[in-house]
Amino acid sequence: MKILYFAWLRTEIGKSSEDISLPTNVRTVNDLLNWLPELGNSYTQALKKRDLLRIAVNQDYADLDQEIRDSDEVAIFPPVTGG
Amino acid sequence: MIRVQSEDFDLALEVRKLTEGNPAIGAVTAFIGLVRDIAGDTEISSMTLEHYPGMTEKMLREIETEAHQRWELDASLIIHRYGQLAPGDQIVLVVTCSKHRQAAFESCEFLMDFLKTKAPFWKLEQTPEGGKWVDARDGDTEATERWLKS
Repeated sequence: MKILYFAWLRTEIGKSSEDISLPTNVRTVNDLLNWLPELGNSYTQALKKRDLLRIAVNQDYADLDQEIRDSDEVAIFPPVTGG
Repeated sequence: MIRVQSEDFDLALEVRKLTEGNPAIGAVTAFIGLVRDIAGDTEISSMTLEHYPGMTEKMLREIETEAHQRWELDASLIIHRYGQLAPGDQIVLVVTCSKHRQAAFESCEFLMDFLKTKAPFWKLEQTPEGGKWVDARDGDTEATERWLKS
């Protein structure tokens, strides 16, 4: 799965994107957010503010219970501040 | 029409391109957002806009389509810039064209309100203390929710 990070989440995790093979027990957006901290301390720190974060699956906003697959593009980012 | 670009834009030129050859248009509303030199009481020397290429265009197109469903518009344009900007620089342009003013006024405000809460852009301000990511404002969410009720 391709995962993208933006804004302060990108700087805290230290990368803008990565390709990850999902464990079989990661089926939803919520599972993914629960599992990412296993990848390292920077993920744990960054995801401390997970209640603030927005998720997009294949470039559409997604809810926590949305199912995800390895072929999806998932983006995790703080609330948007354009305009 | 939507454009996501690092280059500046020219309001008069864009309005002329939108209205040229369409004399049915009787009203044009335009909104321009500019970079300010102060946030709260902090001085801003520059601002960098990050975005999510692909999703940005998709969201802007969806917002524009919704505006055309809600109001009778003859033309519309959203331009949003990314990259490094200085105080006074133009960030965003929304133009709506309709036969009468009400649709143009309302849809322009609608597009800006939705853009601010849906389009994946993030502002990083350069302050004397270093770079600071701008926090989302509750007021922006409330402005968007207002349109969901009406």
